[in-house]
Amino acid sequence: MDRTNENLRKEIIRESGVNPLKCMRCGKCSGTCPSYGEMEYHPHQFVYMVETGDIEPLMKSKSIYKCLSCFACIDRCPRGVEPAKIVEAVRLEVVRQQGANHLKAEDIPSIIDEDMPQQALVSAFRKYSK
Amino acid sequence: MQRIGVFVCWCGSNIAGTVDVVAVSEALKNEPGVVFSTNYQYMCSQAGQNIIIDAIKEHNLTGIVVCSCSPRMHEATFRKTAAAAGLNPYMVEIANIREQCSWVHKEMPIGTEKAIILGKAAIAKVNLNAPLVPGESPVTKRALVIGGGIAGIQTALDIAEAGYEVDIVEKKPTIGGKMAQIDKTFPTLDCAACILTPKMVDVAQNEKIKIYSYSEVTEVNGFVGNYTVKINKKARYVKEDVCTGCGLCTEKCPMKKVPNEFNLGMDNRRAIYIPFAQAVPKVATIDANYCTMLKTGKCGVCSKVCTAGAIDYTQKDEVIEQKYGAIVVATGFNPISMDKFDEFAYNQSKDVITSLEFERLTNAAGPTAGKLLRPSDGKHPHTIVFVQCVGSRCSSCAEKGKEYCSKICCMYTAKHAMLTRDKYPDTDVYVFYIDVRTPGKAFDEFYRRAVEEYGVHYIKGMVGKVSPEGDKLMVRASDLLANKQLNIEADLVVLAAAIEPDKSARPLATMLTASMDTNDFFTEAHPKLRPVESPTAGVFLSGTCQGPKDIPETVSQASAAAAKVIGLLSKDKLTGNPCVAQSDELMCNGCSSCERVCPYGAISYVDKEFRMPNRTTVVRRVASVNEAVCQGCGCCTVACPSGAMDLKGFANKQIMAEVDAICK
Amino acid sequence: MQVEEYKPLIVAFCCNWCSYAGADLAGNNRLAYPADVKIIRVPCSCRVNPMFILRAFQRGADGVILCGCHPGDCHYTSGNYFTRRRMALLFSMLDYLGIEKERTRVEWVSAAEGAKFAATMNDFAQTVAKLGKNKRLEDLRCRK
Repeated sequence: MDRTNENLRKEIIRESGVNPLKCMRCGKCSGTCPSYGEMEYHPHQFVYMVETGDIEPLMKSKSIYKCLSCFACIDRCPRGVEPAKIVEAVRLEVVRQQGANHLKAEDIPSIIDEDMPQQALVSAFRKYSK
Repeated sequence: MQRIGVFVCWCGSNIAGTVDVVAVSEALKNEPGVVFSTNYQYMCSQAGQNIIIDAIKEHNLTGIVVCSCSPRMHEATFRKTAAAAGLNPYMVEIANIREQCSWVHKEMPIGTEKAIILGKAAIAKVNLNAPLVPGESPVTKRALVIGGGIAGIQTALDIAEAGYEVDIVEKKPTIGGKMAQIDKTFPTLDCAACILTPKMVDVAQNEKIKIYSYSEVTEVNGFVGNYTVKINKKARYVKEDVCTGCGLCTEKCPMKKVPNEFNLGMDNRRAIYIPFAQAVPKVATIDANYCTMLKTGKCGVCSKVCTAGAIDYTQKDEVIEQKYGAIVVATGFNPISMDKFDEFAYNQSKDVITSLEFERLTNAAGPTAGKLLRPSDGKHPHTIVFVQCVGSRCSSCAEKGKEYCSKICCMYTAKHAMLTRDKYPDTDVYVFYIDVRTPGKAFDEFYRRAVEEYGVHYIKGMVGKVSPEGDKLMVRASDLLANKQLNIEADLVVLAAAIEPDKSARPLATMLTASMDTNDFFTEAHPKLRPVESPTAGVFLSGTCQGPKDIPETVSQASAAAAKVIGLLSKDKLTGNPCVAQSDELMCNGCSSCERVCPYGAISYVDKEFRMPNRTTVVRRVASVNEAVCQGCGCCTVACPSGAMDLKGFANKQIMAEVDAICK
Repeated sequence: MQVEEYKPLIVAFCCNWCSYAGADLAGNNRLAYPADVKIIRVPCSCRVNPMFILRAFQRGADGVILCGCHPGDCHYTSGNYFTRRRMALLFSMLDYLGIEKERTRVEWVSAAEGAKFAATMNDFAQTVAKLGKNKRLEDLRCRK
């Protein structure tokens, strides 16, 4: 593991407040995840890859935006690892970079849906941009 | 004034190499109380011991100091030597000048100087030593076994075999415990009932064993060898000695809708019942919560049909008091409640069951007569999903699960999966596992057979959600090795629930002053070397009350506990460690500080009359130490605010004298 | 200028079941530690009355160390928990009296930790030696 990755790993662990070493690799998070099919990397992989410092692929993948933050994984994890917080921390790591917003304000009108509640829109905007 | 002899050992060159032993023995000659000092090559040898014996006799010594190796090595040897010369063995002190001096220091002057100081400290201590005589207490030659499962049964049988009386107290109407509910046992697939019920009959027929069924321990007093126990024999409204166990009443009772706890509520029994056909004692019991006669006074069918006239509606709880020398705890386990695991829909669907319920479903004496049928509609399930580690290894929420591994689930799930595939080859069986843990004789082979010969689908992953849809159960789970999420349409979901100690264990531990861990398992006196004894002398542990175990392990522990009990009961008198706490009653102010810190419950308070000036007497509350229970840790001596409590052999004055000698 | 290192006087209380055995093991393995350390055997670390420690300082000891079984491993199940709490209180009081916290220590040494025992003693002796002579509590009348 090189130095930059090690720093990134520490940063994500600090930001999320999650200790990935607590994971016993049962896969209950991925067994419960409603967005599993849409994700390239799954909740248990997030935990494992952060543990091993293999974080770049996670930052490049679309999986970080597919997580619904429904916290089913947090609720059901038997070891209290809280995978959703790790996903969130990786996402923050990306959106905090200059120009790395996943969603720009001017993009919103094109994807707006009549049935979509305003609250969802606002929360999505907050989630995808700095 | 003591007459002390000092014996400095060379230990070949081990001590003499870095300590000038002659200088040490010369220097110690002038210490207060010392009348004789010598050195020899090997004090522990026969010749060395003879030097000591001769010196004790010749110089009329009242105490000796041996400057040699660690007291952990040869203290016992030199105590025996002293005793052989007619000196009280507790008048011997060892100055450790090998392990803690000659072996850790390299230069002769430094080693010699330290050896002299250590010798002086030991002499200072011996000057204050008093002869100690170990206390003796009688032993009641009768054992109590609490819990009548396989652990309790085995322990009782083994103790009775050695010729001692044993009583089993079981809170259920019959002995047998969890093993009686199990269908087959891994890894040999013996039928559990076939190997258990003969043992239950042995217990019933053994003259040395008395069974108090439907009874609970309510009070324990006393200490090792001398317990007095109160047992509450609950009213079963049937005369135990009259009932023949014919079972006619259980067929005629009109109250038919009582959930049958033996089948975990999967079918019903009557208000008067015998839990199962091979119950011991085979006596009916009336469930007062459901019996119409007891509730409203109108019915009495059972008493009419009973030809033996065994029914007695006026029976009352009876308290029996009995004396015991040893107590064995065999309170066993229960599967944890599944109420908090909403994701597995245990409370939503009848077709989500625990493994113990699965045992009953496959048991020939169970609610389906051994046919594997869904509890909801009685149809044969074609897809069965087994979920492992439900509540085990769960550290996130203490209310929900248990942090430990329940140990037996991997094996019984393999057994269930294998038996299902064997009987119903048209069934698809999935087992979701985190790890398959099979340490045990022929265990891994058994699990591999389930996979290789019986075609059970073992999937590394965990079920995240079970949702009932129509008459199916949708199981969403992860397959970690394939990196896929699976959605299985199952007919039956079986949860391998974690096991926890029985709820009665905690209050029992309080009664026995036996310690427990945070999971309510009893702690052993030493986790490796004394695994069947509780730290409380006279209390022994058998079976799963000490930790999760399978049947062979439970039986071995049960027999081990029995061996310990037999060892205890075979003694006519118990000799204690004389280095116990002692309270100076005149100084004791009755504050109870010592009582609260004692880990063994050895200290109690008594009201005692003291003579005062002017011929008056006054009653004061003072501490009294039970020497048979005290282990001599000395915790109480520090807690005592008035300085009344002291520890024999390690008295305040003695340790203080050592400190003084070292700090001179 | 090279000042000769001060030779402190250290009293070590070791519980019979773990730490005393650990000290024996250090001896068996010939792991050296300063001869300034003198060990007193007690049945359990909870046997150590604060009085003994005060007495040691009064008589001119420069440091006192208490060794017991690891928490949870006490031969008497709970003795070392009492030690831990009592000593936390005593040491803070001693600190207030001017006996530096570095002069007092509680250490858990199991019967298998001979190396830890030696290392602890080396470290403690060094720490105490740096602090120099304990003058605060020493009773001049006790000096020879």
